[in-house]
Amino acid sequence: MTTDTHAHDVEPDEVDVHDPRLSRFEIVREGARRDGVEIVHYEDPFPVKGTKAERRTVRTVSLFFLVTGLAATAFMIIYIWWPWEYELGANNSKLYTPLLGLTLGIALLGIGFGILSWGKKLMPREIAIQDRHDGPSDRAQRKLTGETMAYIVDELGIKRRKTLGLAALLGLAPVGLVAAAPLIGGLIKSPTKDRILFRTGWDPAANGGRPVRLTREDGTPIRPEDVSVGGQMTVFPGIPGGATNEHADSPTLLIHLRAGDAERTRDSAKPVNAGAQWENFVAYSKICTHAGCPASLYEQQTNRLLCPCHQSQFLITDNARPIFGPATRSLPQLPITVDEEGFFVATSDYKVAVGPAFWERP
Amino acid sequence: MKRRKVDVSAVPAKVAGGLDDRFQAATPLRNILNKVFPDHWSFLLGEIALFSFIVLLLTGTFLTFFYEPSLTTVTYDGSYAPLRGTHMSAAYASSLDLSFDVRGGLIMRQMHHWAALTFMSAIVVHMFRIFFTGAFRKPRETNWIIGSLLFWIGFLAGFTGYSLPDDALSGTGLRIASAIMLSIPVIGSWVTTSIFDGEFPGHVIMGRFYIAHVLLIPGALLALISVHLGLVFKQKHTQWPGPGRTEHNVVGERFVPRYTIKQGGFFMIVFGVIALMGGLFQINPIWLFGPYEAYTVSAASQPDWYVMFLDGSTRLFPAWEIRFDLWGWGDGYTIPPIFWPTVVLPGILTMLPMAYPFIEARLTKDHRAHNLLQRPRDVPARTALGAMAIAFWLVLTLSGGNDVIADQFHISLNAMTWAGRIGLLIAPPLAYYVTYRICLGLQQHDREVLAHGVETGIIRRLPDGRFMEVHQPLAPVDEHGHGSLDYAGWVVPKKMNRLGALGPAIRGFFFPIEKPSEAPVSPGHPPVSAAPSAEREEITK
Repeated sequence: MTTDTHAHDVEPDEVDVHDPRLSRFEIVREGARRDGVEIVHYEDPFPVKGTKAERRTVRTVSLFFLVTGLAATAFMIIYIWWPWEYELGANNSKLYTPLLGLTLGIALLGIGFGILSWGKKLMPREIAIQDRHDGPSDRAQRKLTGETMAYIVDELGIKRRKTLGLAALLGLAPVGLVAAAPLIGGLIKSPTKDRILFRTGWDPAANGGRPVRLTREDGTPIRPEDVSVGGQMTVFPGIPGGATNEHADSPTLLIHLRAGDAERTRDSAKPVNAGAQWENFVAYSKICTHAGCPASLYEQQTNRLLCPCHQSQFLITDNARPIFGPATRSLPQLPITVDEEGFFVATSDYKVAVGPAFWERP
Repeated sequence: MKRRKVDVSAVPAKVAGGLDDRFQAATPLRNILNKVFPDHWSFLLGEIALFSFIVLLLTGTFLTFFYEPSLTTVTYDGSYAPLRGTHMSAAYASSLDLSFDVRGGLIMRQMHHWAALTFMSAIVVHMFRIFFTGAFRKPRETNWIIGSLLFWIGFLAGFTGYSLPDDALSGTGLRIASAIMLSIPVIGSWVTTSIFDGEFPGHVIMGRFYIAHVLLIPGALLALISVHLGLVFKQKHTQWPGPGRTEHNVVGERFVPRYTIKQGGFFMIVFGVIALMGGLFQINPIWLFGPYEAYTVSAASQPDWYVMFLDGSTRLFPAWEIRFDLWGWGDGYTIPPIFWPTVVLPGILTMLPMAYPFIEARLTKDHRAHNLLQRPRDVPARTALGAMAIAFWLVLTLSGGNDVIADQFHISLNAMTWAGRIGLLIAPPLAYYVTYRICLGLQQHDREVLAHGVETGIIRRLPDGRFMEVHQPLAPVDEHGHGSLDYAGWVVPKKMNRLGALGPAIRGFFFPIEKPSEAPVSPGHPPVSAAPSAEREEITK
């Protein structure tokens, strides 16, 4: 059997590779031929050895490698001795990274161009042709494999023993669930628990039932006179960690409207926002109802608030209604008043969910 | 006992013999060494992606030694004085340390980022090449699908990596991502709270993104890239039409040595260029952005370029929200507007390209296998469709930075949004029409040159006073003076020096002219050698 296949492989006109008269290239060409590759063109760029042109090319390639050596050495010297620790102001430490990049880049490019020109300029060019053999497999082969696979099914007898198949399915399906359960069970977290999507740091319930003060980033409370007319201030719930990302839904924009604007705002207030305004002050959620970016660019003259992420624009004097861009919902208004000590407090949490909308949001 | 002398020159042969005794490697190894690869500059594009991926793995591994995936609040006291004393997450602090307190850390971080951009760019340009030349056709549909998946997984790799430093910009991106997850109907809020372990941002997201970014996603990329390359190897590379090339052969060079050496050289060049960029061009200077705080953002917050088209689609989509009641069940339901441009659109953009090879085969009723590439001009409908897709993508990408354009050119921001909305409807069909016409024009010109010959630039005056240009036919002509060559799906020479009729063109400025210009041949075909003549010897002598 084995000799047969060998005999099939060996073609009659085959070269005897042990023939000592053959050059090494002839053997290579024969090897390629046996792999179905015909080298039809083979051209040494320098058939005459040692010409001026060849030496010049060799010099060029060598130069690339020497440049690499120089650059790599420079890299090491810079890496070790250049002042690398960051210092403010204009100084040599600022050049550390650029110099590393420059020397490393030159070193790597030197290798690249070196071996590229070695391959392209010094090595023989050739054209080889290989057959693809990429059609479908032999029909007999297909038949043999197909029948073998069909026979495996026969051997299992699954077609005849229907009960067995059903039992195996019923047995294995729960195992699949078992594999998925720890992943899903471990990761899943209910959004409905504690109504986290509807509550923010302004909820008095989390503050022992007392209304939450409006504070600055450092936690200091705010008096009305701290915000000038037409001015605005980002405020946070006056609870521990109120200004941190722990309460990423709570940042609020406190705006001191001009008298006329304040009048208009109060008149246009929707039922949900009724009574939320305190004198000329309004407070709106800073979290854009579109994608959750802080809508923080306040244009004082037009009373518009712009979100820099997707350019939604909200009209402060009309319930912070979206007037341009992709946002569909008004910014929620925080009901505020001033407590007996003269500081701003939120009379309650936001009346509607803050931030981007979701399926269960009415 | 006489000590045996070791013959050093016989060692390689002996080792090789020993290996073959055990593994029978001689035949399969020679098979690989002799495998023929066709060559064309456009075949390099995919390899740039592969090389960038290797750089990504190398630099990324370095970064993992120093990065800390934690949202625990710390007070920064590193070298970067302006932020000293600031409260920030450990993730951001360790990213700052990587940039300032790890020797050579900044160049690694920047190289990693540049390599990621190069990776995505190379994938996209490589896909253009595959699409416009019809290389996705049977039998290579599987590799086209894998390639599309590689783009989207690369996209995820980019997004997760971009989120890890937890600077103001990356946190904003993460918040938008959470809004996108929230917008999914029915399960959105469950998905979001499950991924963030509660409300955004929670405490665990950096750890989860980290393991996705350094293990799960690279693992998937590595697996798919291996299959991708394995299939190229198995199915053999496509080739351009040309002399001696058929559907059933591969004309090119053997894998080893010259081809491999060139690939090695190109790898080092890609590596070197990334190193240069990583050192010389600042990218993502996170220390200027500050730590992520839910209430800070700056104008011109833009994602990396390959995400910008989604940012653009989000900006352009009109404020259309669906609200409804389910017969009084619950308090009413919402499908937010952000759902369509950020979930539905990418879904379509994932599925449609993957199905394209099958759609095209069905419409053209072409179910044969193809190994020869097509010139884009020869398939005007496909080329025009591709141009249409690019126009669509360009409008979205430009809209992703429309605030910057509005600012720089003093255009109204709202006008930019409307221009994008209208442009998205008008630009793609326009691109289709124009591209289709250009393809037909190029086709016609090829046929014209084949029929009438190349313009020589020689003007002849006829006895009756008329002027006419002399044309050089490309082949023997019939009695009407028309050439008899058929179009072969490959470049038609259109200039006299491409026919070897004029003096050699000067190639570069550094070396003197040595060779006559080559006759128009496809890459890899034996050049037609001109007769040796004294004038064409080296002129340095």
